[in-house]
Amino acid sequence: MTLIMPRLTDTTLRDGSHAVGHNFSKETIANVVAALDNAGVPVIEASHGAGVGGSSMQHGFSAVDEMELFAIARENAKNAKLAALLAPGIGNIRHMKAARDAGLDIIRIVTHCTEADCSQQHMEAAKELGLETVGFLMMSHTQPADVLASEALKMESYGCDCVYVVDSCGAMLPGEVTTKVKALQNVLTTAQVGFHAHNNLGVSIANSLAAIELGVDQIDTSLRGLGAGAGNTPTEVLLAVLNKMNVETGIDMFACAEAAEQHVSGLYQVAIDEAALVMGYAGVYSSFLRHAKHVAEEYGVSSKELLLELGRRQTVAGQEDWIISVAMDIKKARGDASAA
Amino acid sequence: MSKVKVAILGSGNIGTDLMYKILKRPNQMELCLVAGIDADSDGLARARDAGIATSADSIEAVLESGAQIVFDATSARAHKANAPRMAEKNQFAIDLTPAAIGPYVVPPVNGAEHLQQKNVNLISCGAQASIPLIYAASRVMEVEYAELITATASKSVGPGTRANLDEFSETTSMAIKEVGNVKVGRALPVVNPAEPPINMTNSVYLVPTADEVDLAAITASVEQMIKSVQEYVPGYRLTADPVIDHRDTPWGKKPVVVLLNQIEGAGDYLPTYAGNLDIITAAAWRVANAYATGLQA
Repeated sequence: MTLIMPRLTDTTLRDGSHAVGHNFSKETIANVVAALDNAGVPVIEASHGAGVGGSSMQHGFSAVDEMELFAIARENAKNAKLAALLAPGIGNIRHMKAARDAGLDIIRIVTHCTEADCSQQHMEAAKELGLETVGFLMMSHTQPADVLASEALKMESYGCDCVYVVDSCGAMLPGEVTTKVKALQNVLTTAQVGFHAHNNLGVSIANSLAAIELGVDQIDTSLRGLGAGAGNTPTEVLLAVLNKMNVETGIDMFACAEAAEQHVSGLYQVAIDEAALVMGYAGVYSSFLRHAKHVAEEYGVSSKELLLELGRRQTVAGQEDWIISVAMDIKKARGDASAA
Repeated sequence: MSKVKVAILGSGNIGTDLMYKILKRPNQMELCLVAGIDADSDGLARARDAGIATSADSIEAVLESGAQIVFDATSARAHKANAPRMAEKNQFAIDLTPAAIGPYVVPPVNGAEHLQQKNVNLISCGAQASIPLIYAASRVMEVEYAELITATASKSVGPGTRANLDEFSETTSMAIKEVGNVKVGRALPVVNPAEPPINMTNSVYLVPTADEVDLAAITASVEQMIKSVQEYVPGYRLTADPVIDHRDTPWGKKPVVVLLNQIEGAGDYLPTYAGNLDIITAAAWRVANAYATGLQA
C-alpha cells in the first residue's frame, strides 16, 4: 500500500511556545521559520501557544509581541504558508484581522470537542477575511467517535476547510485514533480531516502513522517534539519513519533534524517526565504542565496530585486558574493551616 | 397606583430565568409580554404556562406592547437594531447582550448612576460576576491590570452567547477597565462540559502598580462587596480567601492578587449550577426595580 503524504504543519513555534513559557526570541523565530521553509515544510504555525491574543496572566505573557512575531515569520517564509491558532474568546476577530494583514494564510480555530458551535462566529469571520480555516476539536480523547463526528459536521457547516482530531493530552492510543479519524472521514463531505498528537504516552509517532494510514489530509508535528506536555510528534522523526516506508514526503528530513539540533534542542528538553506522563494517563490538558509545576512549588503540593485532581474535575483548556483552587483544596484536606 | 409594564425580549436561557425572577418578586412591575422568534421555544411555552402574553414577533410585538421597560436578552447584533426603535417609543431598554450601546451598569458599583438614560448595558454575566470584586480591590489599591477567567457549564450557555463570544470578550474587557477602575482589563471565557455541570466560577488576577500589597485591606474591601452582591444573588461567594501569587509579568515581578469566586444560582430556570444566569438577571431585576420606583416617585 502506497501511503499519501498529508500536508504537514510544523507547530514548533506555536505548540512549542507552551514549552518555553511563550519566551521565543526573535532570533529563534527567524531561524526556525527559515530552516523549515528551506526544508520544504508546507505550513508553519507561529503564535502564542494559546493562539492569537493568548498573551495573558492565565496563559503566560509573550516575550515578543505577536505582531512582531508574525512579521518575522512572514519575512522568513518564502514558500511556506503561515498559520496561527485562535481560541474564540481568547483570540478575537480583531486579532485575526491583524494577523491576516501581517501575512497569515491559515487560521486554526480551536474549541473543546463538545463546543464546536463556539467557533461559528470566528469561522465565518475568517472566511470573510479570505483565510483558509482549520477546526481543532480539542481533547478528542474525552468523547466517543459519534460525538466528534457531529461536532466536526458543525464546523464543516460554518465553512471550515479541515477538521482535526486533536489529542491535546496525549491520551489516545493508535486504535482510538483510527476509529475517531475514520468517523470524521465518514461524515465530512467538503472538509478535510487532520490529526494533532501529543506524546505523553510515547505513542505520537504510532498515532500519527495510524492517521496517515487512513489517508488523513493534514498532520501536525514539531521540531524535537517541542510542545506542551510531553510535546508533539517530532517532525524529523516522523519524516525519517515515512522515508523508511517509502512515502514521498517532499520535505528534507536531514534539514529538519539539523534545525531541531541547532535551533530547538537548547531551548527546552521535552521529556515524558512524571507530570507529563500523569497528564497523558489522566487526560489533563497539556498546557497545564508548566503552570502546575509553578503552583505545586508555591503551595508545597505535588504536581502529580494536582494533575490527577484536575483530571477528576474534568477541567478543559483555558482553566489554568483552577490549578490554584485545587492546590488550596489539597492543602485544606491535609489540614495544613499555613496559607501559601 | 398602576404598575409599571415591563416586557422581556428573547426567550432563551437569560430571558426565561429573568421571567421567573420577575414573577417571584414583581414589586412595582407587571410583566406584560415575553417575546421571542420561535413560538415552540421552551421559554415561550413556559411563559404561556405562567399565564403571560407571548409573541413570536420579537421586537415588533415589544414595540406595540406598551411596556415602559424592556429587557433585551437577544444578541448583540439584534440589540443594535432594536435599540433605536425602543428609544423612539420611549421605552427604557435594559440590555443583557454585549452590544454596549448604553453605559455599563453593575448594580453594587454604579447602579444608581444611569437611570436617566434610555438604554443601559449589563455587559455580560462575566462582567456582573467579576467587576464588583475588581472594583472592591481597586478602591483600596491602584491596579495596573485585571484579568478575568470565567468558566460556565456548557448546558447553561445558550446559542446567543456562543455566537457572541467575540463581543463578550471585548465588551467585558472594556467594562472591567472602565467600571472596575483599572488601567487594563481582560476577560477570557471558558465553556466547560463536565458532568455533573460545574457552578459558574470566576478567577480574577490583579496586578498592582506597587510592588507590595496590603492583602488585609483588599480582603476587607472584597468581603464587604460580597455582602452587597449577596443581597441580590445569595449564592455569590469566594471559594478561598484572597491570595498572593508572585509572578513575572510585563510590569516586572509582582505580587499578583488572586480572587476565586463561585456562584450558585437560585435554580429559577436552569439548575443551580447556572449562576451565570442569576448574576445578570438579578442585576437586571434590580436596575428595573430602581427605574420603576423612580417612575412612580
